[in-house]
Amino acid sequence: MKQSQSQSLQTFSDPFTQYDIVGAFDEMFEADGSVRSHYQGIFQRLMELPADELKRRQHAADVSFLNQGITFTVYGDDEGTERIFPYDLLPRIITSAEWDIIERGLTQRITALNLFLKDIYHDAKIIRDGVVPGDLIYSCKYYRRQMRGVRVPGDIYVSVVGTDLVRGADGYFYVLEDNLRVPSGVSYMLANRQVMKYTFPRLFTEYGVRPIDHYGQALLSTMRALAPRRQVEANIVLLSPGVFNSAYFEHAFLARQMGIKLVEGRDLLVHDNVLYMRTTSGLQRVDVIYRRVDDDYLDPLVFRSDSMLGVPGLLNVYRAGNVALANAIGTGVADDKAVYSYVPQIIRYYLGEDAILPNVETYLMTNDVQRAYVLENLNKLVVKAVGESGGYGMLIGTHSTAEQREEFRQRIIADPRNYIAQPTLALSRAPCFIEDQVEARHIDLRPYILYGERVTIVPGGLTRVALRRGSLVVNSSQGGGSKDTWVLMD
Amino acid sequence: MTMLSRVADTLYWMSRYLERAEHTTRLLDLQLNMMLESPASAELRWQRILDGLWVKPSEARDAYTMAEWLTFDASHESSIFSCIVSARENARYVREQISSEMWEQVNLMALRMRQSTIDEIWNDQPHEFFRAIKEGCHLFQGITDSTMNHGEGWQFIQLGRYLERIHATARLLDVHYAAFAETPFHQTVLGDTAEWIGLLKSCTAFEAYCKVYTADLRPGRIAEFLLLNAEFPHSIRFSVHCAHAALLELEKFTESKRARQVNRLVGRLRALLDYGQIDEIMGGGLGSVLIEVDRVLDLIHDAIYQTYITYPADEFVS
Repeated sequence: MKQSQSQSLQTFSDPFTQYDIVGAFDEMFEADGSVRSHYQGIFQRLMELPADELKRRQHAADVSFLNQGITFTVYGDDEGTERIFPYDLLPRIITSAEWDIIERGLTQRITALNLFLKDIYHDAKIIRDGVVPGDLIYSCKYYRRQMRGVRVPGDIYVSVVGTDLVRGADGYFYVLEDNLRVPSGVSYMLANRQVMKYTFPRLFTEYGVRPIDHYGQALLSTMRALAPRRQVEANIVLLSPGVFNSAYFEHAFLARQMGIKLVEGRDLLVHDNVLYMRTTSGLQRVDVIYRRVDDDYLDPLVFRSDSMLGVPGLLNVYRAGNVALANAIGTGVADDKAVYSYVPQIIRYYLGEDAILPNVETYLMTNDVQRAYVLENLNKLVVKAVGESGGYGMLIGTHSTAEQREEFRQRIIADPRNYIAQPTLALSRAPCFIEDQVEARHIDLRPYILYGERVTIVPGGLTRVALRRGSLVVNSSQGGGSKDTWVLMD
Repeated sequence: MTMLSRVADTLYWMSRYLERAEHTTRLLDLQLNMMLESPASAELRWQRILDGLWVKPSEARDAYTMAEWLTFDASHESSIFSCIVSARENARYVREQISSEMWEQVNLMALRMRQSTIDEIWNDQPHEFFRAIKEGCHLFQGITDSTMNHGEGWQFIQLGRYLERIHATARLLDVHYAAFAETPFHQTVLGDTAEWIGLLKSCTAFEAYCKVYTADLRPGRIAEFLLLNAEFPHSIRFSVHCAHAALLELEKFTESKRARQVNRLVGRLRALLDYGQIDEIMGGGLGSVLIEVDRVLDLIHDAIYQTYITYPADEFVS
């Protein structure tokens, strides 16, 4: 403990000497340093276990990830460098009451966003009613005019969502961003749980953790709900950009969990507005694609003509209603970070309800007053490009240099529609095992929401950790790691 | 359950690469071992090894640099390193098709290759290192047989292994018999005994040969054993039988009407070996038979692709 303001802190033995609870909501400790009741079990265990034993278990977990090849690919340095996604030994615990709010809030959000997407690609009532400005929608890089008037199966645009939640200093969960295009990371959620069961079997059982292993079945039935042909068993495939994609491990993993084919663009071909895959027994019709390829690369005849990852003619098959895509084309318009700022109004417009999970305060750079404020206060704010994810295209004011701030100032002025700003959030912190110590690190939470015949959210998600001391960036490409997430039973 | 053509292609090559790695490892291990006792003929043996593997280094090499080149050189596509890494890459492409245990084994082999250097193994125990690779390949086969469905994918793995084996063994025989053309076929070899034992050991065949013919080494019998023996897993005839069996299974799985062409080619090769007699073959020249084996092998490879992998799409769309 750096700051020992209260009596109880001084009773901590070795592993917590570096632990800092000041300045953010701590998942394990109350502000007065006492242990939150749902963390008592893990706290006791940490006090009992010698550091060597923790180290041994961490090592065993790392080896298990490496040997199983649970890796992601880092772009940039050396083509196709594979790394393991750093795994932290200590679970993040969410109480049943907290989860209840999250679950209701996310269900509300995905429902409203689906209605929103259907609306803007058909009648655009929300624009005509002046709730969301048309300029904002039609200037969005991910708005796809080709989708105007296209009926998608079940009117379901987003079937798979990964929503990033953070817990603020006040202890409430906020939505930081919606990922409505091709959200990734769910395989790490599942793999972390597998490893956790080997690492802390007794603790895991004692705690009463809700299972997440049925994610594969839930995803499969979500896909099945989209099948356009009802009279035959649907042929569902997972479309991957291939082995050099950073999330390839996940694509293979999910295909195997669901028992479906993992295909690449070169396995598919279109004939007479029907999609086929090339098998050793000849061509076979495809009904549903769980696609992990971005819109831009799906069909070279319509989108990027240099793309080798997609299938020429796919959009026509889609428009003809002969294949379902999950997620639909053009969903990125609803996770644009400027459109994001309207989600509370979107929820109210379609559902007549207040948002259960609040947004983070967001400044739009197209608004003169807000922009002026942001340009004055770049050193305090976080600036993000509206269409980027993965921690790219981002300025964290408090950790920036004058040069970086000047660069973003120029970029904002040159293209205000492309940026938003938010206050620097003190993301909550959770205990992590760092070398021989337990230290506090900032975390977020990405639960995965499935929307087929019904909304399904497996209890948990991927808790990402900013492993560098003081860092607020949790992305795997930027030195982040992850840990298992336990949602407790009642 | 149907299989993607790309997956079949990848499994086939994964298997071929591992078989190739095992074969090269065995040749190299044997050569380093033989150099301890008969260093004088090492130079000629190196030449036969290189010819047998269809490789040619761009510069003159001593044993150390040759072993390094054949084992670790990443820029050399036939090195053991490259073969194992390629097998692992292929396995990675189809991870969801193979069992986790298979993936972990081939991944582990590639990791070990990456972590080792020639200096580490050279001064110490090169044999231990090569033995570990061979064991790794055998373990992979065992894991494959006991953890993967013996369905279509498994048959493509068999096909890859045995076609590669035929290819390598035919070449090895061709090079060896060309080098020892003067040795009488029907007499017990007098000089060069080590070289003939070496040939058998390159195919793990020494003990198996002795069980059939005793330790009396005669070139004709050795050729008969490696070419025509029906029970020894590294003989060409045995391998052709296995490839044929895999192709018949594939025809059943896929109900392909186009399988007839490739099955006919393998059947013809099988007949040549089933009904061939060694004296007849030696009379007409062993080399010409081996060339014929290799020529048909190329045709078979192409026919497999035409039937299952790169067939024209319009045949299926009406």
